[in-house]
Amino acid sequence: MEIGAYSFGDTQRNTNGSLQPTGEAIRNLFEAIKHADAVGLDYFGVGEHHTTSMPASSPGALIAAAAAATSRIKLGSAASIISTDDPVRIFQQFATADAVSGGGRIEITAGRGSSVETFPLFGYDLGEYDELYAEKLDLLMAINNAGGNHVTWSGTKRPAIEDLAVVPRPLGGHLPIWVATGGNASSSARAGQLGLPVSYGIIGGEPHRFAPLAELYRRAGAQAGHPADSLKISVAALGLVAPTKQEALERFYPGWYNLNVEMGRLRGWPAPDKRAYDAQAEAPGAYYVGSPDEVAERIVHLHGYMGHMRHFLQTDIGGLPQEHLLESITLLATEVKPRVQRLLARK
Amino acid sequence: MDIGEQGEAASRGTIGILGAGRVGTAMARLAIAAGYRVKVATSKPAADNELIIEIVTPGAVAVDAGEAAASDLVVVAIPLHKYRSLDAGALAGRVVVDAMNYWAATDGDIADFEKTHLSSSEVVSAYLVGSRVVKSFNHIGYHEMEPDAAEQGSPNRRALAVAGDDEAAKAMVAGFIDTLGFDSVDAGDLAAGKAFEPGTDIFNGRFNAAELAQALQHSLATA
Repeated sequence: MEIGAYSFGDTQRNTNGSLQPTGEAIRNLFEAIKHADAVGLDYFGVGEHHTTSMPASSPGALIAAAAAATSRIKLGSAASIISTDDPVRIFQQFATADAVSGGGRIEITAGRGSSVETFPLFGYDLGEYDELYAEKLDLLMAINNAGGNHVTWSGTKRPAIEDLAVVPRPLGGHLPIWVATGGNASSSARAGQLGLPVSYGIIGGEPHRFAPLAELYRRAGAQAGHPADSLKISVAALGLVAPTKQEALERFYPGWYNLNVEMGRLRGWPAPDKRAYDAQAEAPGAYYVGSPDEVAERIVHLHGYMGHMRHFLQTDIGGLPQEHLLESITLLATEVKPRVQRLLARK
Repeated sequence: MDIGEQGEAASRGTIGILGAGRVGTAMARLAIAAGYRVKVATSKPAADNELIIEIVTPGAVAVDAGEAAASDLVVVAIPLHKYRSLDAGALAGRVVVDAMNYWAATDGDIADFEKTHLSSSEVVSAYLVGSRVVKSFNHIGYHEMEPDAAEQGSPNRRALAVAGDDEAAKAMVAGFIDTLGFDSVDAGDLAAGKAFEPGTDIFNGRFNAAELAQALQHSLATA
């Protein structure tokens, strides 16, 4: 089991609630990735969000920088909003990062995005939400699966490509391309049919209720003739690890509160309810907030339902102090991971 | 049909669910658990959905949209911007539960719903000529439906609001809601559905029947 982290960038806040510079958030994220590599975390996912409080808008650029500054950790987008981007450019950026990294550490996760801010930003029609995603994913796969430097592809949402070079090629020939989903059944079926690994973003509710989706994904993949070992599952969730559960709960809550206030302003929600937080932070809730023992046990519990090979946490939300992010990353790598391996070996 | 009665499971009617997303599949599982025959359809042919239905909503049957429409009660749970893909002719005369929402902050603007004073279900109802549209199930999260469902008479049982212009249709939906595990509160006509659209306290909260009745009253008083 791989253990990791992901972030959309987390702009720090002044005591009056106003936001500090977004560039500082990117610098913090870059430092956190280097730290994660140093302490032995397996994976770090970046972006893509386009808000002042979550400014990690350009996963390719940050991952290329991180590729040069790290030596072991796998790096990927979490996720790239391919519907409103150009798959050629995404592929080129990640293949460039792959070359910089020395090869084999760079992944793309293709998503639709849980918010729709990229559609007006890049001038796309929300009415084509499904069509854009399907077609851009098709193009991204066509580029990745090309036998050489040249690609030929045609569709309806973007000009055709007739035997044109898309370079650099990844050092290993291809990049892992994951499909991100928030739990829509047809997304799981499609990922299985395509034979792509699938990444579940589970940010609310009870994670083990995703188990039928994992089964659907594997069955759809098997039906389409994809070997079982190519059908991989990862789980992205919210959480924070601290030496004790009480510390973890106290550290994660202010940022959770801030984020929910901000989203509530946009979406018409009322003030966040501490009881909702407490409920989600307890098994079987969605937040992996606790001591290394508790978080490890909950990851292993979910593994019994999902059989996932990677579990990674978003920790820095709502202006989390950087030292709390760094300590959580340290504990994930040095305390949670060995416990998870031990518990899984016992099964 | 016997929706709402505490009879044998086999005596329950047939529920058609249009949409196999997170809302549609959660409602399908609840309806199966309550003993209904459940047919699920999407815009795709039934065969394309068979595996999804078998695994995600075991006990339900994947059908084409026309067959799902021919049910005692039809739930519409598709992305709202696709509502004009519904076959109004096939749904004419049916009791249709509109579980959809116009939620521009998450789904973007849709002109039909942006440039009107009507509730979103009134817009849907105007398109579904001849259907008996009832608004409900829109103000509970898909991930809350199964954990929050509870036996009739359970303390603090969660309640769902029901709005519609057809009293008999509303009564049928109220019975359906009860069998799925929730109390229901009559909000009034379809226009009153505004009281539990996105952005309202009811949409954002979790209420038992008494609390929901009070919240609806408060909403009407301030409308």
